[in-house]
Amino acid sequence: MYPDNFYSSTFTLLAEAEVGKHFYWNIAGFLVHGQVLLVIWFVAAVLFILSILGTRDTNRIPKGWQNFMESTIEFITDIAKNQLGESFYKEWIPYIGTLFLFIFGCNWAGAIIPWKLIELPEGELAAPTNDINTTVALALMTSFSYFYAGLSKKGLGYFKRYVSPIPLLLPINILEDFTKPLSLSFRLFGNVLADELTITVLTGLVPLVIPLPIMLLGLFAGSVQALIFSTLAAAYIAEALE
Amino acid sequence: MDSIISAASVIAAGLSIGLAAIGPGIGQGNAAGQAVEGIARQPEAENKIRGTLLLSLAFMEALTIYGLVVALALLFANPFNS
Repeated sequence: MYPDNFYSSTFTLLAEAEVGKHFYWNIAGFLVHGQVLLVIWFVAAVLFILSILGTRDTNRIPKGWQNFMESTIEFITDIAKNQLGESFYKEWIPYIGTLFLFIFGCNWAGAIIPWKLIELPEGELAAPTNDINTTVALALMTSFSYFYAGLSKKGLGYFKRYVSPIPLLLPINILEDFTKPLSLSFRLFGNVLADELTITVLTGLVPLVIPLPIMLLGLFAGSVQALIFSTLAAAYIAEALE
Repeated sequence: MDSIISAASVIAAGLSIGLAAIGPGIGQGNAAGQAVEGIARQPEAENKIRGTLLLSLAFMEALTIYGLVVALALLFANPFNS
């Protein structure tokens, strides 16, 4: 009764969203979403190759890929430094940077590469971030890391912040620990899936030219969401550290 | 599936996005208006204002997206669809 996939004519060859259909793999008794893992490996491989290209025969005066990667690292360092401050940002650059680059790569890989050309038995390849499992995993990792940051800096004194400024706020402070990963994961998941669904519906209505601005908007939204996710992760960590 | 449940789910999905869009719409309008005012008053601060504006717009956008997630759950992963 419900539309499992938005489906119209042959024009939707390149843009057809299938929600709730997955290419299941059975690994050691667990059902995993294979199409998500495939694209994740692809994104990881691209990032790996780019960083190898950037660090091979480094020069004092950067050029080519080294230049590009250095400006990327500077951008990431700025995100971490703006939120965490001068004294703590260095050890969190790898985490924040990985989050940013991974989410950015996932969103853009889903938006740019015509995955529809590769046929799967069931489900379809798309941005890995349009699966809520991916975003929840990223958000939970962020939760663990801000707990780790707070506990390693202050020890058990970290839990004092739950009763500050007054003990009356204890329930709200505890609730915040649950709403943080919830909002992080829903925001990313909803944005990416909303972009894909919008493009699908528009392509179903008008196949040519009209969806193009929305696709560009999707690219822009993908990069902004990556920036927001990493900025928020850094802000939460900074909050635990202060 | 029960047709009453499916009809109610479709109506609820429409309402959840529509209602969730009201508040962020007002908020985004306010934020953008204030940003324009700030740029008009101090054109040299435009880059900084633009960055902050985009970041905060995306935060407001997230509230509508929560409504969208609820609508998607109702349409594609309906918990009452037994």
